[in-house]
Amino acid sequence: MRVMINQVEYLLPEGAKLEHALEALQAQPPFAVAINLQFIPKSNYGQCALAENDQIEIISPVTGG
Amino acid sequence: MNMNSIKEQQALSKDDLVLYGEHFSSRLLLGTSRYPSPQVLEEAVLASQPAMITVSLRRQGSSAEQGKNTFWELLKKMSVPVLPNTAGCHSPQEVITTAQMAREVFETDWIKLELIGDDYTLQPDTLRLVDTARTLIQDGFKVLPYCTEDLILCQRLVDVGCQAVMPWAAPIGTGQGPLNPYALKLLRERLKVPLLVDAGLGLPSHACSVMEWGFDGVLLNTAVALADQPIAMAKAFAMATSAGRSAYLSGAMSAQASAQASTPLVGTPFWHQA
Repeated sequence: MRVMINQVEYLLPEGAKLEHALEALQAQPPFAVAINLQFIPKSNYGQCALAENDQIEIISPVTGG
Repeated sequence: MNMNSIKEQQALSKDDLVLYGEHFSSRLLLGTSRYPSPQVLEEAVLASQPAMITVSLRRQGSSAEQGKNTFWELLKKMSVPVLPNTAGCHSPQEVITTAQMAREVFETDWIKLELIGDDYTLQPDTLRLVDTARTLIQDGFKVLPYCTEDLILCQRLVDVGCQAVMPWAAPIGTGQGPLNPYALKLLRERLKVPLLVDAGLGLPSHACSVMEWGFDGVLLNTAVALADQPIAMAKAFAMATSAGRSAYLSGAMSAQASAQASTPLVGTPFWHQA
């Protein structure tokens, strides 16, 4: 299935979970995740199923004002 | 030093900034962006001892070789309370989701609410700010809203549960200083909650002025980060903030319309009645 991770297109196997997306990006902790503008708590990563065209955001700490 | 001045000093030293029931010994909040290097940022923080430092969240790069998050390592090393912001958010849902992500990553309920309404001025979306603040507060956040100096807006933010409000002095990053002293002073007069001036300060004297007017703290970033000597400027802002607070607590004299001699007139030599 096709998903967008941080605005980049990825092809993941059907039935993929969020964990597959994190592996695809090789996400480095610390980070937090949202799918289609909804926050996904870390405790839900394992059971969070992805769907075609999901927009996944994986974000990390940066400087801020 | 006599007993009165010792007591005065003790009173001033116990003059904590209190936000949502938490005490902070500094009234300066410092941003972490735009410094020449992480080392300069670290030394600026050390020099100014801020109550909190502001941080943010951005997309992680897709490269497997991006390595360690050095900023995260620096945050852990500095061990200063962090205030995550929602900078760049243009809708309430973006703000709420970003705040929830920040809470998980930074392990804090504090959030600097930024909901941008105009990209040119970075003016907050005042029409949607209040409902967004309400939602965040209901979700357990300690919300510090970045807002304009509009009295009614600030009052409404307090009405929905904001225990402090952060009006701008001028647009973010401009360093112009307080553009509307009348409205800021009026705000101070009308609202009893802690007020922190956030954004637009360019000089330590700007920080000192708003503290003299009775504001409870200041939040700034660019004025320090883009100074020729950021570390020295950070220290200058810390001192100015503290000086302004002391002046406010000391009760300034009223300005007079005409000159009033400070040296006693009685016994003035060579004086004689005309």
